[in-house]
Amino acid sequence: MSETKEKMFKGGAFIIEDLEPEDIITPEDFTDEHHMIAKTTEDFVAGEVVPKIDKLENHEFEHSVQLLKQAGELGLLGVDVPEEYGGLGLDKISSSLITEKFSKAGGFSVTHGAHVGIGSLPIVFFGNEAQKQKYLPLLATGEKLAAYALTEPGSGSDALGAKTTAKLNEAGTHYLLNGEKQWITNSAFADIFIVYAKVDGEKFTAFIVEREFPGVSTGAEEKKMGIKSSSTRTVILEDAEVPVENVLGEIGRGHVIAFNILNVGRYKLAIGGVGGSKIGIELSAKYANERKQFNTPISRFSLIQEKLATMAAKTYANESAVYRTVGLFEQRMSNLSNEELNDGKAVAAAIAEYQVECSLNKVSATELMDFVADEAVQIHGGYGFMQEYEVERMYRDSRIQRIFEGTNEINRLLVPGSLLKKAMKGELPLLQKAQALQEELMMLMPEEVGSEPLEQEKYLLKNAKKIGLLAAGLAAQKYGNKLEQEQEILANIADIVNEVYNMEAAVLRTEKAINKSGLEASSLKLLYTQVYVQEAFNRVEANAKETLIASEEGDTLRMMLSAMRKLTRHDPTNVIAKKREIAKRIIEEEKYVV
Amino acid sequence: MNIYVLLKRTFDTEEKINIQQGKIDEDGAEFIINPYDEYAVEEAINQRDQHGGEVTVVTIGEEDSEKQLRTALAMGADKAVLINTEDDLEAGDQFTTARILEAYFEGKQPDLILAGNVAIDEASGQVGPRLAERLGMPYVTTITNLEIKGESADIERDVEGDVEKVQTSLPLLVTCQQGLNEPRYPSLPGIMKAKKKPLEELELDDLDLDEDDVEPKTKTIEVFLPPEKAAGRVLEGEVNDQVKELVSLLKTEAKVL
Repeated sequence: MSETKEKMFKGGAFIIEDLEPEDIITPEDFTDEHHMIAKTTEDFVAGEVVPKIDKLENHEFEHSVQLLKQAGELGLLGVDVPEEYGGLGLDKISSSLITEKFSKAGGFSVTHGAHVGIGSLPIVFFGNEAQKQKYLPLLATGEKLAAYALTEPGSGSDALGAKTTAKLNEAGTHYLLNGEKQWITNSAFADIFIVYAKVDGEKFTAFIVEREFPGVSTGAEEKKMGIKSSSTRTVILEDAEVPVENVLGEIGRGHVIAFNILNVGRYKLAIGGVGGSKIGIELSAKYANERKQFNTPISRFSLIQEKLATMAAKTYANESAVYRTVGLFEQRMSNLSNEELNDGKAVAAAIAEYQVECSLNKVSATELMDFVADEAVQIHGGYGFMQEYEVERMYRDSRIQRIFEGTNEINRLLVPGSLLKKAMKGELPLLQKAQALQEELMMLMPEEVGSEPLEQEKYLLKNAKKIGLLAAGLAAQKYGNKLEQEQEILANIADIVNEVYNMEAAVLRTEKAINKSGLEASSLKLLYTQVYVQEAFNRVEANAKETLIASEEGDTLRMMLSAMRKLTRHDPTNVIAKKREIAKRIIEEEKYVV
Repeated sequence: MNIYVLLKRTFDTEEKINIQQGKIDEDGAEFIINPYDEYAVEEAINQRDQHGGEVTVVTIGEEDSEKQLRTALAMGADKAVLINTEDDLEAGDQFTTARILEAYFEGKQPDLILAGNVAIDEASGQVGPRLAERLGMPYVTTITNLEIKGESADIERDVEGDVEKVQTSLPLLVTCQQGLNEPRYPSLPGIMKAKKKPLEELELDDLDLDEDDVEPKTKTIEVFLPPEKAAGRVLEGEVNDQVKELVSLLKTEAKVL
């Protein structure tokens, strides 16, 4: 048993490995302390932030500052900061739960997330001793607030194309930064900016820039579609004087910080998406019970039930997947020695390990959030279009999530890209597996699937993995180095991998719950899993088919399609019936429950 | 000061009440510290911070009540006591609770005992006063302000919306009303510290009590939900006729006149 505990998973390995329920962390593993931390956050947001949302939406940012300081007093800003620098140094599950519960705060959750996440973490992970001593105690309490300045008017997804420059002054004491950073969250009030600039116009480097430094200013507040509770401005650097000791990490190695911090930002965003989706379900279920048409609460109509059930089943799968990633991070980070924790390279390697998982979660959970917000408005009908209803703001707030922290398109392309890199480096035997699969398929006989709980879902999961390998292997064979140009195929492969990750997380979580609490107590989890896996499998099949058709033709294509049919053959689940069962529970409880 | 808080675990205020076989169904329900007891915990912590001493939180209940005790410890209480009656008692009433607490306080020297004004579940408001009687100490209910100077206490209490000022002496039992203070959120450092604070578990045996000693004096005959609210009615016609009809309905249907 102790061996399984020590087992450390390589990023992306889930595609070719079979996992056991004990291999993943699930929300059912949370401790009493975790629940208490979640409750404190929930109560703080409901009691202090929500009453001020109208003011925040109106850009009265003095309240944002005040609320962050209050959050700091409760310890809600110091979870990821080590104890020796004035933080709490708690585990990743604790900080994730805080992120999840902050989603009720709408745009203010972005304010909070930018401070504790991309604003503070670069110093936590990559700061030197003096920088940590100087800044972290202030950031952990909220005495100073942080922002992250990477994007420029001309460089978004292409972050390394930044034009901001840094030049050492003659005395050798300061860098002079020149350029403009765009769409910087918290810029109205942040005291500290993590700024990326190119030293001598070439070497991409991160700097800690204080607002008070000469030459630093901010532009006008942007007029945005959503997350209006957060401040967004340009940061203008005009011969901004940054002391040499404020170079973060190594000169010319800023991309290591930028990309790894984005990884963390991505999974945190995914957690927020799951939290927001739970709120969307709750608002929708309550409304559907209250609202009557034809003398009937609309929650009695099965088409409304279908919406609630789909929202909940998808939320379950995403929640399982996101906390699965949190568990992976926690395991890897807690295994780092103190020495390694102070070495930016070791930390970066640990974070980069799960780049694929972070991108998958980001894409999936932000699209979940958008789907839920959209359906929540739909369930509210015309009222959902009116600003008195929370879902109206939710709908506008959710839209940015598919865009920032790397667009979902960029994140999709990153998935096959990094998997292929890992395969080339020999870290993942993907190609060998793909070849072995082709041989296996020739011999494959139809399999009898039992009727025990989860047997069907495990069968579909196993086959989805094979279908993914089949499609990816074929595309790699056909296009070789030019596969990079076939973005539609790459996105298809990313989507298949994403479904596999979510399906597996749901299956393993449900299995773990059944082992622990029995089938009856896990009945809703089982329903969610059955519905999600069936629908996800259908999507996998469609994506794979499209990929095969785009990669082959004629007899070879027909042969490949028939090989795939061997893998897709199954007795489908009646999802309509299962969704009605799910909806019954959601309508009864008027919220997302498991 | 030796400060004690009597705390009860209750349904979350947002829970829906379902009745199954004559009992309230607790399956899957969320539980919280009785909100009035939260005022008591907050006040106890404030009094301790002002006058020194120690805050002990006491509850009677089951294993699960440990969570609410931990929350009180996370808020800042020093010690917690769970009197676990899960295996010993099938039913209990306010007498049972007061009697058990009396036994618990035997040999202890409390200066101040704080309780909620009522529990939001059964709302009897009896446990505090009955315990004070048994311990032979003064008690003041529904307090909204408490100032202790030496052995004396200046209290403001809520009397149906009016304020009554009372002066009394320690040892003292008070029950807390909304308006007394704003209970704090348990901070994260508080939550982590609470893990290490002492939580003592006692059973009736440890208090030299038998089941018979605490047998309830009352019996619950029936538990039922309030009738569902019927749809409203709009009266029509001339105003004079409407008034006549209303008066007659108030007499015959509503029977309030």
